[in-house]
Amino acid sequence: MRSIVPILTVLLVILGLWYAAAVPLNAQWARDQAARADTTLSASQLVEATWNQDRPRLPTPHQVGAELWKTTFESCVEGRRAGSIECITHRRSLFPHMWTTLSVTLAGFAIGTALGIGLAVSIVYSRAMDMSVMPWVIASQTIPILAIAPMIVVVFNSMGIPGFIPKAIIATYLSFFPVTVGMVKGLRAPTHMQLDQMRTWNASGLTTFLRLRLPTSMPYLFASLKVAVAASLVGTVVGELPTGAISGIGARLLNGSYYGNTMMIWAALIAAAVLAAIMIATISLAERVTLKRMGLAQ
Amino acid sequence: MALDQAVKLCLNRTNLEEPARLPAPVISAENLSLTFQTNDGPVHALSDVNLTIEKGDFVSFIGPSGCGKTTFLRVAADLEQPTGGTITVNGMSPEEARKSRAYGYVFQAAGLYPWRTIGGNIRLPLEIMGYSKAEQAERVSRTLGLVDLAGFEKKYPWQLSGGMQQRASIARALAFDADLLLMDEPFGALDEIVRDHLNEQLLALWDRTGKTIAFVTHSIPEAVYLSTKIVVMSPRPGRVTDVIESTLPRERPLDIRDSREFIEIAHRVREGLRAGHVED
Ligand SMILES: Nc1ncnc2c1ncn2[C@@H]1O[C@H](COP(=O)(O)OP(=O)(O)OP(=O)(O)O)[C@@H](O)[C@H]1O
Ligand SMILES: [Mg+2]
Repeated sequence: MRSIVPILTVLLVILGLWYAAAVPLNAQWARDQAARADTTLSASQLVEATWNQDRPRLPTPHQVGAELWKTTFESCVEGRRAGSIECITHRRSLFPHMWTTLSVTLAGFAIGTALGIGLAVSIVYSRAMDMSVMPWVIASQTIPILAIAPMIVVVFNSMGIPGFIPKAIIATYLSFFPVTVGMVKGLRAPTHMQLDQMRTWNASGLTTFLRLRLPTSMPYLFASLKVAVAASLVGTVVGELPTGAISGIGARLLNGSYYGNTMMIWAALIAAAVLAAIMIATISLAERVTLKRMGLAQ
Repeated sequence: MALDQAVKLCLNRTNLEEPARLPAPVISAENLSLTFQTNDGPVHALSDVNLTIEKGDFVSFIGPSGCGKTTFLRVAADLEQPTGGTITVNGMSPEEARKSRAYGYVFQAAGLYPWRTIGGNIRLPLEIMGYSKAEQAERVSRTLGLVDLAGFEKKYPWQLSGGMQQRASIARALAFDADLLLMDEPFGALDEIVRDHLNEQLLALWDRTGKTIAFVTHSIPEAVYLSTKIVVMSPRPGRVTDVIESTLPRERPLDIRDSREFIEIAHRVREGLRAGHVED
């Protein structure tokens, strides 16, 4: 309960700012309409008009909400009950697109995490890797993803591997980095004393890894997983843009901008945010459970 | 007849040889030196240290900061390599001794793993050394009893006071069968009362188990109260300036610290420390 109040406060502030911003952004079109009809608008009429346009520059929250409802549960053509399976899985519903994006995001996240942990282990255990690979890991993230995403997609397309794999590679590319950096820090977190102590017990390298380095790195791992899953989502959406915008949240974004349909764009953005929130909440839950079982949550 | 005589000879020989076989010292250092190469030039942490620690000794190392007390223990524990001289632990090289798990090392900070319970912490070296589950449980409860922490097995380190954590770390070093305990200022961060109490307990434990203990401290009363032998060291270069054999009895109530004998030994330690200091 205590944590919900500040969140709701922030939400209210955001909604307030959103409605406030919609007025000046959409006012021009409303005034033009009024001029064409040879009427003048009172202040309250103006506000009313800016909040309920068909093609607003900035759609208001209730419009986005309505669009979301329409494109998720009511997306059938005729005669189907809203929220029915046929409706939810219909081609025009957002859900299949969300699923497309989610599946790629999770695949990229899983591969990125495995790759990140693997790289971190080799960097921590091998000085040569530390010297040679670590600079490249960092350099890899200075290249804008927007520059290489189309290349990856085009190269794979030309090899006859469209869709899932190139997008997952882009997601991996963004998500392995935070895991690598976090795990290098985490695996190096044991103190000299703790490492010496393992030595006095004549513990093997594997034992030291499993009983000291790995448990010590857990809080670092979860922190970087949250960053990585968000990065993976961004990578997936970016990867969906150049694929001809067939399916996925990225495709909806692109379609929305083609047709100047701002409500579609915003609905897709909200869908992406919901996906990110669900994934991060899941990781937070796993973190809470793991750290509690490890006795680290005090 | 021949057989009888042969047997007798044999028996005689073993009987004769028994007293001649001296027990090997637990730690024996000869001209031991260790120089650290640092950016500011060499640091002579140990210089020509000669020292013998016999089985059952309680040896305290005392001296100003930086005189090499920790370094000596670390060399004995194979955590640091000497640059000169020799040292043996249980008649072996420190590396062999470490690999045969000949010693338990208590670091200055308790260094318990926060994600393991007190019991889990004490069990850790036992798991690593491959003791059976039943043996682990038995040893954990026995050593917890030794350090007065029975009933705290399921608690996490952060639920214990600093003194209790330190006792748990001592229990961890006692849990496996090492006859030698290396302790680096284990009670350094504790208040006087807790320290007195732990000193008493440590002494009782030493008496009961017959272990050999090498103990670093900054406190003269602590060194005199605990030790059968006090090694006084001085810095730059780190060396042993005096080795004082205590004449106090093994049985030592806390108020022995008011006795004449105690005060005399303490005085000698202080003189030794002062002598080492003048040369600076
Ligand atoms: N790893 C190291 N590298 C370089 N110099 C070191 C290292 N370890 C210790 N020294 C130096 O060796 C000397 C002896 O250090 P040591 O830790 O043995 O002192 P000490 O007697 O334990 O001191 P204290 O009572 O403060 O713990 C010091 O001058 C210290 O700076
Ligand atoms: Mg020290």
